[in-house]
Amino acid sequence: MAYSEKVLDHYENPRNVGRLDTDSANVGTGMVGAPACGDVMRLQIQVSDDGVIEEAKFKTYGCGSAIASSSLLTEWVKGKTLDQASEIKNTDIAEELALPPVKIHCSVLAEDAIKAAIDDLKSKQ
Amino acid sequence: MPYLEGNFGNPASRSHTFGWKAEEAVELARKQVADLISADPREIVWTSGATESNNLAIKGAAHFYQRKGKHIVTSKIEHKAVLDTCRQLEREGFEVTYLSPDVGGIIQPEALKAALRDDTSVVSLMHANNEIGAINDIAALGEICRERGVVFHVDAAQTVGKIEVDMQSMKVDLLSMSAHKMYGPKGIGALYVSRKPRIRLESQMHGGGHERGMRSGTLPTHQIVGMGEAARVAKELMPEDAKKTAALRQRLFDGFNKLEEVHVNGSFDQCLPNVLNTSFAFVEGESLIMSLRDLAVSSGSACTSASLEPSYVLRALGLQDELAHSSLRFAVGRFTTEEEVDHAIVKVKEAVNKLRELSPLWDMYQDGVDLNTVQWAEH
Repeated sequence: MAYSEKVLDHYENPRNVGRLDTDSANVGTGMVGAPACGDVMRLQIQVSDDGVIEEAKFKTYGCGSAIASSSLLTEWVKGKTLDQASEIKNTDIAEELALPPVKIHCSVLAEDAIKAAIDDLKSKQ
Repeated sequence: MPYLEGNFGNPASRSHTFGWKAEEAVELARKQVADLISADPREIVWTSGATESNNLAIKGAAHFYQRKGKHIVTSKIEHKAVLDTCRQLEREGFEVTYLSPDVGGIIQPEALKAALRDDTSVVSLMHANNEIGAINDIAALGEICRERGVVFHVDAAQTVGKIEVDMQSMKVDLLSMSAHKMYGPKGIGALYVSRKPRIRLESQMHGGGHERGMRSGTLPTHQIVGMGEAARVAKELMPEDAKKTAALRQRLFDGFNKLEEVHVNGSFDQCLPNVLNTSFAFVEGESLIMSLRDLAVSSGSACTSASLEPSYVLRALGLQDELAHSSLRFAVGRFTTEEEVDHAIVKVKEAVNKLRELSPLWDMYQDGVDLNTVQWAEH
């Protein structure tokens, strides 16, 4: 399969790899996917007191497109409010990375991940 | 390329020298292929490859012997050329039993024995599996079929020229071969059709009655000569090739085994000397391949297909889906060097370590979390 240059770039140089303290009150964690399906994403966001995402970290088990989708997502959500972040659509990610149809589910998973992280954060506050 | 340039005779033309020369070349190749498997040259039928050989053998025998019964036995880990052929026969009203292999990928003779019925007409089992290399005991399986008077077809595309395939000691009725699996040209293969006992086939390709009526069509002389030569060389080099590839495979495995959580899929010992299928836990196969673009490896997880299903072969072994998604198949060959193997080991280790750093599953494993107890959001 031919990968787009952007997918290759994120795969070779993934941004914001790591983990944040799951128990912290201003950290939201979204873990989506399943090992049996071949991809698991863990996306974490940390918000400032005024509700802006100041830090984002991810780790992903999955194909190159899944890694690139989550890496791109961490770049996009930084500096956004929760409302702005929740407006990110999988189609935006798929378009930016030029994902082929068979890899669209990777971008869907990334959208699920940010939604799950926001939900987790809200449930804490 | 003597049979592409200049010598243009049709081996089926019996009325001129050009035809005779071509026929002579085809018959020499037929003998070379027969010699490789200890068969009679008259038992070799040329085809376009193992896919056609499998089609001709299974459909041809099932159709010819259908008055005996319409039950066929095969296994869950056969090549698609066998499985899809059996599916087609099911659509035509045949009944097919798909045997499960043991955890090593081997079909146990007892499992075959238990599946045979009075109306079983054909058994089709592979000699060695293409994904994991596990080798079936064809001699034992053949005894069972012969005793019950059932036609026994073996897909030997992976083994002919690599390990011993002997039609004198193995009770096989039909055997599929492929040239390009033994360094020959693509687009040519053969089917061994036993004369003692005489096995009959309903032809799948009708026409001029070539190949004793079993496979009509003008013979591609240049391809056939290529397969004959490949068979001759394979027979000569087989012991050397097997010894060399087995050592390289062991070297590859020893290199990988320095990593944690590396699993061999399929039997390690009852395996082709040149194939190693491993799972690198907590790393997904396709992403691993992305880091190994200068190596020709394939993922057991058929991620590049639209289905995104993990390998049906690995699943049939009872492998957990996540390990099936984490698998890679490595093959070494006559022309592989130790340096290339060492290079592959370095590349794989780098990639696995890098991807594990990226993997939330690796984090959890390091933290002592049992992944089987986690509630996953299946999608």
